[in-house]
Amino acid sequence: MSDTTQTGPMLAADGTPLKRSLRRALRAQKMRALALIAPLLIFVLLTFIAPIVDMLFRSVENQIVGNTLPMTVEELRDWDAADTPDEQVFRALFFDLFLAAEAKEHTKLGSRLNYEESGISSLFRTSGRDVADIGEVFQDALEEIDPAFEEAQVWAEMMSGGAGAEANTRLLSNQIGRLEQLESSAFNGDIGFVPGAEISEILPNTARAYAAFAGFTYFVDGDVVAEEEPWEAVYAALAVDLEDPATATALASYSGPSADMLRAAAAAELPPIDMKAAMIDSNKDWARPNFWETIQTYSPPYTTGYFLNAVDMEKTPNGIALRSEDERIYGILFKRTMFMSLMITFSCVALGYPIAWLLANLPSRTSNLLMILVLLPFWTSLLVRTSAWKVMLQQQGVINDVLVWLGLVADESRLVMINNQFGTIVAMTHILLPFMILPMYSVMQTIPQTYLRAAKSLGATNWTAFWRVYFPQSVPGIGAGSILVFILAIGYYITPEIVGGTTGTFISNRIAYHISSSLNWGLAAALGTILLAVVLILYWAYDKIVGIDNVKLG
Amino acid sequence: MNGFTLTPVETKPLSFALPVIGAAGGFAGLFVGTAHGSGAMGIAIGAVALILLAYLALVVFGLGQEKVTRWGIFALFVITGFLLAALPGIVLGVLSGLFFSWFIFWIGEGRYRANLAPYLTSGQVLWHYTFRVICGAIFVFLITPILVVMPLSFNAQNFFTFTPEMLRFDPAGYSLKHYQDFFTSSGWQQALRNSLAIAPVATLLSVSFGTLAAIGLSSEHVPFRRAIMAILISPMIVPLIISAAGMYFFYSRIGLQGTYFGVVLAHAALGIPFVIITVTATLVGFDRSLTRAAANMGADPVTTFFRVQMPLILPGVISGGLFAFITSFDEVVVVLFVGSANQQTLPWRMFTGLREQISPTILAVATILVVISIALLTTLEYLRRRSERLRGMSPG
Repeated sequence: MSDTTQTGPMLAADGTPLKRSLRRALRAQKMRALALIAPLLIFVLLTFIAPIVDMLFRSVENQIVGNTLPMTVEELRDWDAADTPDEQVFRALFFDLFLAAEAKEHTKLGSRLNYEESGISSLFRTSGRDVADIGEVFQDALEEIDPAFEEAQVWAEMMSGGAGAEANTRLLSNQIGRLEQLESSAFNGDIGFVPGAEISEILPNTARAYAAFAGFTYFVDGDVVAEEEPWEAVYAALAVDLEDPATATALASYSGPSADMLRAAAAAELPPIDMKAAMIDSNKDWARPNFWETIQTYSPPYTTGYFLNAVDMEKTPNGIALRSEDERIYGILFKRTMFMSLMITFSCVALGYPIAWLLANLPSRTSNLLMILVLLPFWTSLLVRTSAWKVMLQQQGVINDVLVWLGLVADESRLVMINNQFGTIVAMTHILLPFMILPMYSVMQTIPQTYLRAAKSLGATNWTAFWRVYFPQSVPGIGAGSILVFILAIGYYITPEIVGGTTGTFISNRIAYHISSSLNWGLAAALGTILLAVVLILYWAYDKIVGIDNVKLG
Repeated sequence: MNGFTLTPVETKPLSFALPVIGAAGGFAGLFVGTAHGSGAMGIAIGAVALILLAYLALVVFGLGQEKVTRWGIFALFVITGFLLAALPGIVLGVLSGLFFSWFIFWIGEGRYRANLAPYLTSGQVLWHYTFRVICGAIFVFLITPILVVMPLSFNAQNFFTFTPEMLRFDPAGYSLKHYQDFFTSSGWQQALRNSLAIAPVATLLSVSFGTLAAIGLSSEHVPFRRAIMAILISPMIVPLIISAAGMYFFYSRIGLQGTYFGVVLAHAALGIPFVIITVTATLVGFDRSLTRAAANMGADPVTTFFRVQMPLILPGVISGGLFAFITSFDEVVVVLFVGSANQQTLPWRMFTGLREQISPTILAVATILVVISIALLTTLEYLRRRSERLRGMSPG
């Protein structure tokens, strides 16, 4: 600071300007406070916030299609969705699927796409089995021409372009990168093979297929590249390359290893390449444009598909549309979750208000005793209370037994109070009631009883005195309790799972189902994200109304 | 209950007392009647019997012999109960006998007015007691489920419901076999061990990190205080199923899913908000000049913390720790996803047991847990009192 006022800056004892010395002390205090907070903040960020962010990411992530079928996705980009795609697309699909089948990733992709269009998973499963047979035709033909095509050593030498040839490291690292995405792990190291630059220019498909094979052999299978016979896909790729007349011309002046063998193969008659027919032969559903549409629609790395699914919509060629009537389940589920949470909140207000009033207006000795009756359920394990309600509400349970014993209900027509909405609402009202009573009680404690007496002495009736004087002052308590109960209710899982049956379950039960049973993690994440958004809005409202610092426990 | 009467008590006219007591008798008779086939008969007999009793008690014997009359009515109810329904009948007889021997005099002598302001109209008096009855019913709703679990855990059968033997108070209907099952079954014992291995470590983590951070947060000069607070409290606000889903996805990415360490970390994160809230609340009442005084007298920050600050905020730290412990000990959703079969905790086993409805061993475990939570509640209440006392003593 350049303080050049006439009187000069005020100085601290050590001669530094007071302002600066104060600021330094303040900064040191800030730093100390932050240093105390930092470990916990980092801990929470790593163990809690990161998982939540990961979930948000999963709700839009869709890299599996692009990672598993990169070439197909590329070819499909310009497809107009009018008819079955052309041969080029099917060739790309063949090579992609072959690699995916080797890595056993094609079924995962199948089940992923099956969420969007049912029936597609069997398509990938059957064709994944058949790709080897389709490629074998070309392997047999090439080995017929020259048995040396069978030799692993010959292939390795041929594709590396011989000793001292210029290397095409880019192709290799591209293919290894693709394998890394497919296997979702990192591959580093020298695989003992590099494709030659010249040969990969003459035979681009073969070089690509062989490089993928080489990387897979080394990293996944853990074998030596030069000792393994190439996949059928490599032979098919060679056939594709040789189909092009330009290849033969280029080969004529090629002098690398096995050049003669390649020239002989180029001159010979190879079986015609019709991947489209072969794939459709393997599974006739490949001819259906709507499956291809699904692949095309879900090819980008990020998708809104899960969110659309979570709100009962889907992507169609004509844009986004509602699903057909019988497939809409999440709208109903969200509405039901909302409705039941509201019912639980209202029941809690209705039951909690009298209790809070009583506790706030009784002499403190009595109210402390009664408070134990509120706190005991609050402190009792959630599962204990849930199992208690199961015991109470069952058809052979305590309530039904008492009703039958009293003769109010006939033995054969016992009430059905569990595995439906009623059961969930009753059990959860009981479980969440303390969360309503405690905030209401702390607000009501601050309302002087004399106000009511004053109102009555001024001529108000009991009801007017309560409604016009007491109730408005207790509204903050109702608000705080309601938001708290609603937030807790909307995300409940355990109790609805046990007493809810099929009609009394919440959105959280569906999320759990998608995580552990249907394995549709993306949809689970999207449903979770929507639920989280609702809760955060409520949390924000709670913070505005009550203030997070004012949350009290017990 | 206050020891003094607000309104002088006066004997009510019989034209008021007899119908009221008769109505109560009819109401009780309804249940006895339906249990024996005819509700209408029950109402009639109950009403007539009670009116007769009330007349005898209030007019024939009078106030002078109140004690004797009460015992008489009580004995009458117990004997009738025994004749109607044997042992369970005696229990009901004792309860209703106690109630009616008190109720007849309470109504007849107008004692219900004693604790109320004299100017209340009879409608207001009626509402006052109706309100009490409603509150009583809500308290019953709150506490019954927990009480019902306890006797059922001593069931000799493998049922989730009261057997006829239990209702007859036949000793053969009760047994400790479910407790024995809990203490001998390797599955339950493993679950108990897992719970006890996870909860204390998670508590330790959240208490140590949480206390430090709460002390940092209580300083006036923390930048972004609100944002930091929101992040630290968030594990309590975010629904458990979402936390569980996120942790499941993320922990399986980094190889923590299905490990002991992963469950401990997850539970520690869930317990942190409770520690933060309780310790910050305690620190509000903490007098900062004490630390300054300690520093003035030559104590270094660490000594100041352990010798001056810590003893004063200890109740808050311990109750935060108890909350964190209960959170972990009672938690099932997150462990269900983040843990594997090797980390099966008590609540997890109870949850799967409830879903598949295997045995009342769950109820035995539940009873044990209720007893534990009563113990914790008592500790917490004691700590709260102590903390208030300490705060009262601290200067300023």
